[in-house]
Amino acid sequence: MTYIKPKFRHPELPKNKLGYSVDHYEGALSTLCAGCGHDSISAGIIQAAYELNIEPHRLAKLSGIGCSSKTPAYFLSNSHGFNSVHGRMPSVATGAAMANRDLTYFGVSGDGDTASIGMGQFVHVVRRNLNMTYIVMNNGCYGLTKGQDSATADQGSKNKSGNVNLFESIDLASLAIELGATFVAQSFSGDKSQLVPLIKAAMNHPGFAFINVISPCVTFNNNLGSTKSYDYVRDHVEATATIDFVPQMQEISVDYGKGTQKNVTMHDGSVLQLHKLAEEWDPLDRQSAMNAVINAKAKNEILTGLLYVNPDAHDLHHMIKTSDHPLNSLTKADLCPGSAILVDINAELR
Amino acid sequence: MSSQKSKVNDFVVRFANVNGTGSASANFLFTKAIFRMGIPVTPKNIFPSNIQGLPTWYEVRISEKGYLGRREGIDLMVAVNPQSMLNDVKSVKAGGYFLYDSSKKLHAEYIREDINYIGIPLMQMCNDAYSDARQRQLFKNIIYVGALAALLDIDFKELEGLLADQFKGKEKLIPMNVKALQMGVDYIHSNFKYPLDIRVERRDLLGDSILMEGNAACGLGALYAGATVVAWYPITPSTSVVEAFGNYADEFRIDKITGKRNVAIIQAEDELAAIGMVIGANWNGARSFTATSGPGLSLMNEFLGLAYFAEVPTVLIDVQRSGPSTGMPTRTQQSDVLEAAYASHGDTKHVLLFPSTPKECFDLTVDSFDIAEQLQTPVILLTDLDLGMNDHCSAPLVWDDKREYNRGKVLNAEQLDKIEKFGRYLDVDGDGITYRTYPGTHPSKGSFFTRGTSRDEYAAYTEDSGAYERNMDRLIKKWNTAKNIVSPPQVYQEKNHSEIGILFFGTSQYAAEEAMDMLKDDGIVVDAIRIRAFPFNKTVEDFVNSHDSIFVIEQNRDGQMKSLLMIELEANADKFISVLNYDGMPITADNIIKQISGKLKLKTEKSLNS
Ligand SMILES: Cc1ncc(C[n+]2csc(CCOP(=O)(O)OP(=O)(O)O)c2C)c(N)n1
Ligand code: SF4
Ligand SMILES: [Mg+2]
Repeated sequence: MTYIKPKFRHPELPKNKLGYSVDHYEGALSTLCAGCGHDSISAGIIQAAYELNIEPHRLAKLSGIGCSSKTPAYFLSNSHGFNSVHGRMPSVATGAAMANRDLTYFGVSGDGDTASIGMGQFVHVVRRNLNMTYIVMNNGCYGLTKGQDSATADQGSKNKSGNVNLFESIDLASLAIELGATFVAQSFSGDKSQLVPLIKAAMNHPGFAFINVISPCVTFNNNLGSTKSYDYVRDHVEATATIDFVPQMQEISVDYGKGTQKNVTMHDGSVLQLHKLAEEWDPLDRQSAMNAVINAKAKNEILTGLLYVNPDAHDLHHMIKTSDHPLNSLTKADLCPGSAILVDINAELR
Repeated sequence: MSSQKSKVNDFVVRFANVNGTGSASANFLFTKAIFRMGIPVTPKNIFPSNIQGLPTWYEVRISEKGYLGRREGIDLMVAVNPQSMLNDVKSVKAGGYFLYDSSKKLHAEYIREDINYIGIPLMQMCNDAYSDARQRQLFKNIIYVGALAALLDIDFKELEGLLADQFKGKEKLIPMNVKALQMGVDYIHSNFKYPLDIRVERRDLLGDSILMEGNAACGLGALYAGATVVAWYPITPSTSVVEAFGNYADEFRIDKITGKRNVAIIQAEDELAAIGMVIGANWNGARSFTATSGPGLSLMNEFLGLAYFAEVPTVLIDVQRSGPSTGMPTRTQQSDVLEAAYASHGDTKHVLLFPSTPKECFDLTVDSFDIAEQLQTPVILLTDLDLGMNDHCSAPLVWDDKREYNRGKVLNAEQLDKIEKFGRYLDVDGDGITYRTYPGTHPSKGSFFTRGTSRDEYAAYTEDSGAYERNMDRLIKKWNTAKNIVSPPQVYQEKNHSEIGILFFGTSQYAAEEAMDMLKDDGIVVDAIRIRAFPFNKTVEDFVNSHDSIFVIEQNRDGQMKSLLMIELEANADKFISVLNYDGMPITADNIIKQISGKLKLKTEKSLNS
């Protein structure tokens, strides 16, 4: 059995700046359950990469283990992918990013993969401000192992077998802000119009960009009582602001009414446009972002949108002063001190 | 007279110090002066898992014959630690010497009739000469080195020369140190007969040898091999591998103009992350390594299985210490052999390399990067605390400028253009080693999905049994290819002389070679082989098959190398006799002889009877 889609290109599909139509960004046929939220997010990733004019081979996609972590096989088939081990994608991404600073790194994880087994690595990749996009497809359960509660399942919610979750849930977005993440967003798999610009903005952020995407598991966690079911999320979502992401090379549109719009200029000159819907929302203000997330949680609401961004943050390469040339491009001539130096080193050891 | 003579350049000095009192640099001064007099010398640190306050020992063997293993029996004890004094007195050989601080009178329980006491009022001398507490502490150590110079006939000029080297750029400190040395010399000259019967005499036995720790040599090897991404988590005794690498990188990897670094060193949150980073970096085309010890190796298991199965080159330096669990964390052992060989679940096997000298630490570390990339698999360099954290006399390090890095089978964009369809796991050459590509190479060809799940030749996920089996069998084919790529063993004879062989690896070499000489003196000739790598190649297999009995010398309880030989060579268990040492101290020749000679007698009797 093969999951590779037959390659049929619709000749009339519009092309992006690189001359690629959107299907150039697709991957193998998904094997997830029909209606799984994760597939919607994959579609969002495909759309974002297309709109951003990403050269697929200049992007590396990485994941851990889980239904969510399978998705990199279902988008960007012209990119190298690495489906690593459960909860350890951050370390593999860190090593990869250290080896070649010129590629774009795109990580996908699940709530089990990140908030339980991978919590240690997640915390530390945030601290290091690794230049990558990190999406958690958050369904509040372990999909692949058939529906056990995850650490993001809300306290008091019932899982498919009817058991009530006794434990406090981990809120990944507020945790990320607390840990010093420099880009934190939250969205819903069913809200493509919000998700795509957020993914684009995340990919352009020059540091660690985290998006926690609520992504209902239709098989194990879409039941009444689950706060991560479609219905629950639809009823309880509150958007902070709608955003647009305008890459540097495109003209910046200015047809938004003054007073409702806030522009955040990214490092490379591209612009994030926020249409202020929620009152007094300032994504540059870490403290109020924290407060808003906590308040929303108290009201059992899910705050979506770009919660916090620090566009001037320095990434890991900058902090440890690595060469501007990708380390994997350096040769013996750059790296090996040679025999004469070794003669001197020997002399010092006598 | 003759017994007197044999004590020249042949004795053991042990220093009993308190951890964290600056004794290490003074003791090293002593060792290095003897080294510079051309006499083989081998120091061992015996230190606690503690930063300050607990007893620590530094044991130095001086051997005209060039035996660099440890030897039991202490000829001279420098006892400056009241805490361990009672045991220190007991550990001196009859007829030996006990140097102590006589500022306070020695209590009666410390007095033995059969040893000689050399009392020097170290504390008193320091209190009189220095007002600063720190100076009193530090110079106490220098004074006893001065006293030893007089007692053992160490060339004072060598000590002065070493101080000049040590304080280059801080020349002001030299005269103070020389003065302290001189205080020690003078005290001996005016109070004792000198030199002692145990003493040194200048020789030229070391040629162009260097004195170096194995860990520093590993770090330097990784630098020469072109490692650019290093991820690690601190653990004794491996920490100084990365520290050494970092120091050399500060010197040789910083761009003079931009100040930017041709290296990324990351202290990870744990060993899982460290090995994950190494795998990610190697996957992405950089040379990358980590260094750890037993507990770290245990944590790295799952990832090692991924690297084996997904075929990502990985270099791991395991500086072994005494296990199990936290064991004796600051004592040596060779007890990670099986853990490393079969790390991770499922059918996994890993390439192991076993260096035994600093030069080999350097060479085999360089090789490990070539081998890992050639074979696209993890390579684990198994060294140990003794080799890693003690100075060893070693042949000098050599680098051939013509040597190129062997990056293995990696396709670039032009090569990909010429290929119809790229198959990441397609065995094109029939050696089990397939072609890989780095991410970012080609816009439309050569991308693939790396995963720990089963896949077909084109890296597509599959649960087809046939494809799974083909892949597992190809990995074994690759394993067989590896036998001719890894370092060959050192064989000690051109032709077999005996039905009996001895087999050893790593730091057991020193004591094993000395034991072989001792056997030879008794007229017993045995054949010998030193294993340098796993998988075992044909030479190892032939050695095992062509001897009736083989003593396997190793520093662990369970005879792990013996097990590995039995499993992998399907050799008869009766053939192997374990010679073991697992007390945490480096194995000695006497210990080997004690174990071998009894069993050797039994063996010969058995063969006479049958
Ligand atoms: C070390 C290890 N332990 C357990 C598993 C089994 N396992 C596979 S996926 C998974 C949970 C995945 O949950 P999540 O990350 O939320 O992904 P989802 O399937 O919900 O998208 C577990 C426990 C594993 N693969 N590895
Ligand atoms: S089990 Fe749940 S998470 Fe997994 S594919 Fe099905 S719907 Fe998606
Ligand atoms: Mg989940």
